[in-house]
Amino acid sequence: MTTKSQQLLNWVDERFPLTSTWKEHLSEYYAPKNFNFWYFFGSLALLVLVIQILTGIFLVMHYKPDASVNASGIPVAFASVEYIMREVPGGWLIRYLHSTGASAFFIVVYLHMFRGLLYGSYRKPRELIWIFGTLIFLALMAEAFMGYLLPWGQMSFWGAQVIVNLFSAIPVIGPDLSLVIRGDFVVSDATLNRFFSFHVIAVPLVLIGLVLAHIVALHEVGSNNPDGVEIKKKKDANGIPLDGIPFHPYYTVKDIVGVVGFLIFFTAIVFFAPEGGGYFLEYNNFIPADPLKTPPHIAPVWYFTPFYSILRAVTYPLFGLDAKFWGVVAMGASVVIIAFLPWLDRSPVKSIRYKGGLYKGILAVFVVAFFILGYLGVLPPTPGRTLVAQICSVIYFAFFLAMPWYSKIDKCKPEPDRVTFK
Amino acid sequence: MSVDQKMDSGRRQLLVATSAAGGVAAVATAVPFVASLTPSERAKAAGAPVEANISKLAPGEMMTVEWRGKPVWILRRTPEMLASLDKTDTIVSDPESAKQMQPEYAKNKSRSIKPEYLVAVGICTHLGCSPSDKFKMGAESGMGEDWHGGFLCPCHGSKFDLSGRVFKSMPAPDNLEVPPHKYLSDTTILIGDDSKA
Amino acid sequence: MTINVIKTLKRLAAAALFAPTLALASGAVLHLDKAPVSKDPAALQAGAKTFVNYCMNCHNASFVRYNTLTQIGLTEQEIRDNLMFTGERIGDLMKVAASTKEQKAWFGVTPPDLTLIARQRASEFGSGADWLYTYLRQFYRDPNRPTGWNNKVFENVGMPHVLWELQGEQVAKVTEHEGVKAIELELAKPGKLSAQDYDKTVADLVSFLVWMGEPVAEKRKTIGVVVLIFLAGLFALSFALKKNYWKDVH
Repeated sequence: MTTKSQQLLNWVDERFPLTSTWKEHLSEYYAPKNFNFWYFFGSLALLVLVIQILTGIFLVMHYKPDASVNASGIPVAFASVEYIMREVPGGWLIRYLHSTGASAFFIVVYLHMFRGLLYGSYRKPRELIWIFGTLIFLALMAEAFMGYLLPWGQMSFWGAQVIVNLFSAIPVIGPDLSLVIRGDFVVSDATLNRFFSFHVIAVPLVLIGLVLAHIVALHEVGSNNPDGVEIKKKKDANGIPLDGIPFHPYYTVKDIVGVVGFLIFFTAIVFFAPEGGGYFLEYNNFIPADPLKTPPHIAPVWYFTPFYSILRAVTYPLFGLDAKFWGVVAMGASVVIIAFLPWLDRSPVKSIRYKGGLYKGILAVFVVAFFILGYLGVLPPTPGRTLVAQICSVIYFAFFLAMPWYSKIDKCKPEPDRVTFK
Repeated sequence: MSVDQKMDSGRRQLLVATSAAGGVAAVATAVPFVASLTPSERAKAAGAPVEANISKLAPGEMMTVEWRGKPVWILRRTPEMLASLDKTDTIVSDPESAKQMQPEYAKNKSRSIKPEYLVAVGICTHLGCSPSDKFKMGAESGMGEDWHGGFLCPCHGSKFDLSGRVFKSMPAPDNLEVPPHKYLSDTTILIGDDSKA
Repeated sequence: MTINVIKTLKRLAAAALFAPTLALASGAVLHLDKAPVSKDPAALQAGAKTFVNYCMNCHNASFVRYNTLTQIGLTEQEIRDNLMFTGERIGDLMKVAASTKEQKAWFGVTPPDLTLIARQRASEFGSGADWLYTYLRQFYRDPNRPTGWNNKVFENVGMPHVLWELQGEQVAKVTEHEGVKAIELELAKPGKLSAQDYDKTVADLVSFLVWMGEPVAEKRKTIGVVVLIFLAGLFALSFALKKNYWKDVH
């Protein structure tokens, strides 16, 4: 380093904590050395967030949130998306990156959450990281839901119609609430404009703030690891954890490998199967929104389907309130309950490596039930399917609610003192 | 900086190679984003060549057609108007049209294909206002005794003669632009396309 | 006790695994013929011609400009001479002369825009091309319909059989087998084209509709190959770099 640049750095450091921030969060942030494959998904989620923001900025330059019809009888919003796909140079690529990015975001975030479940990353002292994470997931769902209205296709329109009507199930205030959300008696231009506003600025701001809080909280307590043991308990003479290595360069170079690996899968979809078999871009959404004609079968986008299944699984009225209301409650609870994991898990160990067969079995059943719920969510309901969805919903909630019991009686193996690393 | 000290040559080479490849990736990624800022197919279609019918244009009259959102003037000059160009030769800054403000075929005193018809973009080369026509000559024009007819930009007072040549010591640096154009017939001009197909 | 719980859970998991197959077994099934979609410029150009001559009497392709057809190998002059009406410009959108409002007044509905039809008609039963290829070959005479036409894949369709002069007239033979109605089509009156030539004409038209749904599709795949090859190289490099750094970690 030349003296000139050293001088400039000193000048900055006297006025802004540049070097100290670099050290605290990268070059002298000590992460456990035994991270495995599952630990890629945090940095990948950040990457996808950047992709979405960047492509989003450029899409806003051409997109028009306008439900009125143009001279060809096509809604302006729908036409502006096709305009981006056909007439804006490079527009098709930017749009496919954004639409594929939405699905990629959920894939990465689901895997990131599952990692936390595997290794007990939500346990003390990381409860706040987990709660921020749950809030990020909620914000992400809101972001995705409102973004999906913008292309103003049939699925956009009817999906929004159904979900907004859910709010009308809430007693007393419900009908007025859904009216306030729509700003009209049906999903209309007013709805499109406010969803646009929320999607491009309000929710992203919240999302970025939550992500910052998530990372700040993480760096305060330090990362968990696949063994679930605290590396800060064993430190050398300089106060550096014996099993810790500086995040930079070790995990920066490792995460770059993860990023490139992810990009291979991601670009393969963007360039060769951007419709994702009708799951990433639904076929019916190539039809402009028609408020007078519901498509024969409407399903939410795949990443909402497990929760949508839980909503549909509730078919019994209770306490004088109809099933619709309890469905909404169940769907809301199925997401919110995730935030309570830190207090539901009573196991003496964090990581699945040292948990007993009971927990492993129950986790496996939970994962299977979650997949089935997701699968059923894309299909139209039949009595048989509803029964399966009901069983799986019970399994879903039992996984959380019975955890204080089964995590305690599970036969765990002893945790090691240090992390295992070969 | 302990890592830097341990940097062996193999690691340095890998670091340089990966960074270079990453740089290439970043530049390649920027391509569609920058491309999306350029005019779209719709804009290009709107900027397509326009046909102008000059059959009803009387001598001394001017018509304006829109091409790429800009006014394009077509002035049918009288012999008297064409004669005025000799008089303005000495007071315009670029009498020979040396600067590239016109296609090669309009690089002449009348700055046109057929001297009778001037085709020019009606945008002042100073800051983009559209000059107004001052075709009358002499004191009658309100432009002074020695005015030979031409254009005056209302924004900053730049003056042009009847070939769109700018006067000396004016805010505008260049002559008015002559757009690419061609005659499809004696009465039709195509503006925006001069290909010889 | 724990062992029993696990056993029960395992049984439940197995039941849950097979549940979807049970759950799926219902709902109507659509039998579609596989469309021979071609990327050959000659086929696409023939399809474009059929599209303009028959479909575009009523349907718009309002997201496509005429000059986009240069991408299937036509010159601007050929497009002007064969596919455009006088007075239209090469950069104009491919729209019918009537406004959507007038059409609504004439037909009661506005015929849908066909730009994206091949993407819209995709379903779990087949691609959008398969649906279109089957649909356009399965019109039959039905005196009960106001247009005089019905369709095997699109029951009580609003559109008459626009290509009937080419295909001829088919009639339906309805058979009932164990309560399940089956329709079989028979060519009652041959058209200008043989069955084989008609299928080819429809295949070309469908190929054109597929191309029109996403004109950039071929370019997209070409770029994709380059991107993937590049990323594979970058992966090897970054992996080697990671290995190099991590050899210090013990």
